[in-house]
Amino acid sequence: MIELRDIHKTFGANHVLRGVDLTVTKGNSLVIIGGSGTGKSVTLKCILGLIKPDQGQIFVDGQNVEDASRDAFLARFGMLFQGAALFDSIPVWQNVAFRLMRGALKRPKDEAREVAIEKLRRVGLKPEVADKFPAELSGGMQKRVGLARAIAADPEIIFFDEPTTGLDPIMSGVINDLIREIVTEMGATALTITHDMTSVRAIADNVAMLHDGVVKWTGPVNDMDTSGDPYVDQFIHGRAEGPIAAVR
Amino acid sequence: MIHFLASIGRAVMAALAKVGSVALFALETISHLFRPPFYGREFWHALIQIGWLSLPVVGLTAFFTGGALALQIFAGGSRYGAEAVVPSIVAIGMVRELGPVLGGLMVAARVASSIAAEIGTMKVTEQIDALVTLSTHPMKYLTLPRVLAATLAVPVLVAVGDSVGIMGGYLVGVGRLDFNAATYLKNTVDFLEPWDITSGLFKGAAFGFIVATMGCYHGMQSGRGAQGVGAATKSAVVSASVLIFAANYILTELFFAA
Ligand SMILES: Nc1ncnc2c1ncn2[C@@H]1O[C@H](COP(=O)(O)OP(=O)(O)OP(=O)(O)O)[C@@H](O)[C@H]1O
Ligand SMILES: [Mg+2]
Repeated sequence: MIELRDIHKTFGANHVLRGVDLTVTKGNSLVIIGGSGTGKSVTLKCILGLIKPDQGQIFVDGQNVEDASRDAFLARFGMLFQGAALFDSIPVWQNVAFRLMRGALKRPKDEAREVAIEKLRRVGLKPEVADKFPAELSGGMQKRVGLARAIAADPEIIFFDEPTTGLDPIMSGVINDLIREIVTEMGATALTITHDMTSVRAIADNVAMLHDGVVKWTGPVNDMDTSGDPYVDQFIHGRAEGPIAAVR
Repeated sequence: MIHFLASIGRAVMAALAKVGSVALFALETISHLFRPPFYGREFWHALIQIGWLSLPVVGLTAFFTGGALALQIFAGGSRYGAEAVVPSIVAIGMVRELGPVLGGLMVAARVASSIAAEIGTMKVTEQIDALVTLSTHPMKYLTLPRVLAATLAVPVLVAVGDSVGIMGGYLVGVGRLDFNAATYLKNTVDFLEPWDITSGLFKGAAFGFIVATMGCYHGMQSGRGAQGVGAATKSAVVSASVLIFAANYILTELFFAA
């Protein structure tokens, strides 16, 4: 279980997070929606300790993340970055198997490679891709390699920052199914950011809407259409008119 | 007046803060030398990038400098009828001063820039964040291998540069200035003391450390976007070069001021 309590974060004069409270229960899939630049990615980075919140606490399984041993803590996580963040000096398969080739989870090279190729297959990439370099791939392919890397070590908790952005509709479907499968079959806890409402409905157990630095609405995905919340309504229907300003 | 003093004060404080943060960065890098895990592959890779691939540029620089040095010393020496000093002064000038400083500067131009650009790009494309989430410490995986490789490789480059520079002087001395080949070599060797050479190698190690540390530091501190990486690269080369000159003076005082 992940719990955020009153998280604040300011960059210069930009007060991005203004008291975010959020709970993700174990084995559950939460999707965060919200306008561009509202601090969704920043929220994920705060949980991982990549950005230090100015104020507030974050608990994972009841333990304050600041007290946790970093290595043990991070070993439980997988993260897909919004920009894929592949290491461009090493081939695709070594990117995917990065965690399996060093540190506590280290295993023989050919075994790591096999796992990498299997994970690549799960995100819809052929084995031929394994020996290419990230710069040789299209944006959507890079994204999927990033996804394969995030799930390579079968983490308990997985963060996906816009997993289907830049993918064609069929690939989006494949990725949505994959994320759902990881949650239901492997019992992982997933926290996904997406702007794609089809994805939201396919992936989410629960939805949280971030706006103005706080969680404006949160609830089960089935209640999303009948939330009665003007922010959520405007967002899911993509209306230019409403309480959310179109220029931000 | 108050404003003027205040702005000076602020600038001094900012400069001191910078010095402090670079020093902490350097100390942290060194501390990882004693704390596993170590990334051997990254180290070998850095050794090839920094050491092996810098050989041509360091060698060429030293060769031409040695040649020019011989011409200058000959021109200067002939005013006192002291042309015979050419071989020994070329050798001493090369190994004590020009070999390490020019070698360090060429490595700064080649290596500090590429390290800063590489790490800076990794920073702005979130690759450094990705490393952290994959339980890999960026200082251990990126910084230490490069700093260690540069500290060990630059003295070797300096040794090569010294030899090539002396050879450049020899070729000019024998080919253009009509020195006797055997006499030139004998004078080179006779007046050279071991400490002349080793002091230059120590300088090389210090310069290598400076170059890689500045490259990594500015890369890690890189601002966002391509502009941030550009600024980081520039700062890395400029600060590495200036620090090389400063360190060279300090080390020369330490080594040779009687
Ligand atoms: N490292 C940083 N330094 C300064 N400002 C930052 C930093 N990271 C994020 N920001 C700012 O914080 C705000 C929120 O950024 P964030 O990336 O979380 O948005 P987002 O909700 O993920 O948007 P998108 O949907 O477009 O990805 C933005 O205004 C951004 O400029
Ligand atoms: Mg984002």
